[in-house]
Amino acid sequence: MHSLTIARREFGSFFATPIAYVYIAIFLVLSGVCTFFMGDFYARGQADLLPFFEFHPWLYLFLVPAIAMRSWAEEKKSGTIELLMTLPVSTTQTVIGKFLACWTILGLALLMTTPLWLTVNYLGSPDNGIIVAAYIGTWLMSGAFLAISQCLSAVSRSQVVAFVLSVVVCFIFVVSGSDIVIDAFKNWANNLVVDTVASFSFLTHFDAMAKGVLAASDVAYFVLVTASWLFASVIIIDENKAD
Amino acid sequence: MIVVNNLSRHFHRLKAVDELSFTIKPGEIVGFLGPNGAGKSTTMKMLTGFLEPTSGSIEINGQNMPGEAKALQEIIGYLPEGAPLYGDMTVFQFLCFIAGVRGLKGKRRKARLQNVIEQVELHDVLNRQIDKLSKGFRHRIGLAQAIIHDPDILILDEPTDGLDPNQKHEVRELIKKLSKEKIVIISTHILEEVSAVCNRALIIHEGKKLFDGTPYELQCRSRYHQAITLHFSYAADISGLAEIDGVEEMEIDRETGDITLFPEPGKLIMAPVTEHVSHFRLPVDKFTIETGRLDDVFREITIGKGA
Repeated sequence: MHSLTIARREFGSFFATPIAYVYIAIFLVLSGVCTFFMGDFYARGQADLLPFFEFHPWLYLFLVPAIAMRSWAEEKKSGTIELLMTLPVSTTQTVIGKFLACWTILGLALLMTTPLWLTVNYLGSPDNGIIVAAYIGTWLMSGAFLAISQCLSAVSRSQVVAFVLSVVVCFIFVVSGSDIVIDAFKNWANNLVVDTVASFSFLTHFDAMAKGVLAASDVAYFVLVTASWLFASVIIIDENKAD
Repeated sequence: MIVVNNLSRHFHRLKAVDELSFTIKPGEIVGFLGPNGAGKSTTMKMLTGFLEPTSGSIEINGQNMPGEAKALQEIIGYLPEGAPLYGDMTVFQFLCFIAGVRGLKGKRRKARLQNVIEQVELHDVLNRQIDKLSKGFRHRIGLAQAIIHDPDILILDEPTDGLDPNQKHEVRELIKKLSKEKIVIISTHILEEVSAVCNRALIIHEGKKLFDGTPYELQCRSRYHQAITLHFSYAADISGLAEIDGVEEMEIDRETGDITLFPEPGKLIMAPVTEHVSHFRLPVDKFTIETGRLDDVFREITIGKGA
């Protein structure tokens, strides 16, 4: 209940400042650019949204840390963290509230891409089940990006530091499954190590999701990553809220 | 009832609060005094559960502070130093948010909101964004959020800092009105505030308690307590003044021509001085009995010199 009160306040503050609008606008523009120019939406001649979803990890890589960087850094800088932490709300409730508010905005941005979905349906007859599954998948993945970014926002009172740290950590999570990294490991490590590294990757887990397969293991992976980083946030905030 | 026992808080090597002990009963308005960095804010942060003590214990109404923080925070109202607020919200949104977190619902919520808005006089700015308001308003909003749930314990960190004299007066009146059966703790480095609002003063310096008593006792410590300041309209023979029974010392301010007579400890010198003045027909045009200069006492206690 308290989480929802916090979430409502956070959500409102995203729209009181231009942050939410900027995020949504840039997300829409970039996802459009990626789909049509880099993804060859038309030239592929297939009625699906794969070229749209494919680029999401790379979009989130910069956009999610940007929207999440203020979550805690700003509270610390302006001192409102003292107000918040002396209200009868637990740190866990606050962390969840902040996460929900931001995640809703990420969801809103995704919802606003529905014209693309309508376009595909107009041009051909795609499997809409696959598209719904991919939407759920990408929203789950954005939650993982968000949990990482919000956690790192609690590390410092500087938003820039929070942003840079988040991008780096998210980048590690994204590329650990890319060919370059896998190749680098293949030369010297055994399969177990390679598989472990690859299994940490957002790309590996999102690949199937983008194609519409919501495997339990992939869903569990993103839920687990999100939950662990949220848990880490609680610990970090309790430890260094006064710094 | 707040019982603090051997409370300490260290930041790395710095001892911000050092073995502090005191007890505060309902009805007391306690003024925390001390130079900047004395540990006032740190103590308040520990009382409100924002910081955890390095050692020692805090018991509020029989409950342990960091242990049962969430339950205790429901009966505490807190204004952090500098009145930090969510600047992107409007005043009304902000107060509603706090009321929501405080669990106020329905009629009570409406009544409490109306009550604080009236008490702190915020009706004119309800729909303004907090960021765009003056410091005085921000402090009042901070105060409003601290009293919205009608707390038993009110902890205010420099509530009048940066306010103009009228606003200071209003805030003091408000605190006095609130505090019948409650515990109020305010920190300040404005000494007059303590004698104006508080019925108990605690001086803290380098994390240690140096004085604990009423503001009157604090005034009594001043050399100026019960001293008499005179001024003559034209030059007169003042040699006899220093000889009056009970006068310990005479001081002349060369700039203003004011003559101050200090009494021997515990003696009242008003009667003999007036007698002397009328006997010798001295041309007195100013006659003041000093209550005590808190600044001097404060300096004396915290630096160990002055006065």
